[in-house]
Amino acid sequence: MVQYNRSDLDVSFAALSDATRRGVLEQLWRGDASITDLAEKFHMTLTGMKKHIGVLEQAGFVTTKKLGRVRTCKLGQRRLEEEAAWIDKYRKLWDARFDALDQVVEEIKQEEKHDERNRKK
Amino acid sequence: MNAIEKSEHTPMKSGTTVERKSDREIVVTRTFDAPARIVFEAWTKPELFRRWWVPKSMGMTLLSCELDVRVGGGYRLEFAHPSASEPIAFFGKYLDVIPPSRIVWSNDETDGGAITTVTFEEKAGKTLLVLHELYPSKEALDANAGMENAMSETFSQLDELLVALGVTVRQ
Repeated sequence: MVQYNRSDLDVSFAALSDATRRGVLEQLWRGDASITDLAEKFHMTLTGMKKHIGVLEQAGFVTTKKLGRVRTCKLGQRRLEEEAAWIDKYRKLWDARFDALDQVVEEIKQEEKHDERNRKK
Repeated sequence: MNAIEKSEHTPMKSGTTVERKSDREIVVTRTFDAPARIVFEAWTKPELFRRWWVPKSMGMTLLSCELDVRVGGGYRLEFAHPSASEPIAFFGKYLDVIPPSRIVWSNDETDGGAITTVTFEEKAGKTLLVLHELYPSKEALDANAGMENAMSETFSQLDELLVALGVTVRQ
């Protein structure tokens, strides 16, 4: 089971609250990229992009590796799974509720049909 | 079973979706095979509501359920859990009620409680339910989102721990 705590989630959600950073993650889903590539793609300065990558790296969404003079960024898989697990738990609660609600709704429907038949008799 | 079916993704058999729309909002959707007035009824009559709001998997018992579903009316739910010495209460006020299409309520048990809006949209005999939770701040969402969820999670972890330790709780 995935372990997490609240302060980790704070950092994660703060990292995801920025449109550029979400764009960077989307970009990295498609493949690894250097900070220079990303800066160009998002029309930013190298310094600006470095800051965004720093936030994502701190939250564990991205890992970077320096190869020669190029710093390459890739997705940090573990943290994405944690995030998904948090939403998944929330979904499971509502899913269980709604399955039970389905049954209640079905019963009301049957009762109404029954009443209607009786009225027609 | 082939490799594709073994994928780790949770199957979405019933179509409940959850999306974090922004840092203050969560949206849950689900379609029900019934007209809106029936789904609305199940949300507003206490004797029906209490039959589905606390699924068994939550490990909690609903002790009482008072719903006064009209604008300005209030609600109060009290839960018991084997690991909690006192009942846990959830309460608030209905801010807007438009049968059979919309219910808005506050969650007043904590300071950073959300405003919850549920809409029922009928199409060809089916009802699309959209539940929207808006928190006063991002911090409030992180602290409170799925309180009952987080709580039941905490309790089940505590249960496991107690079983592992072979002890029972004595308050």
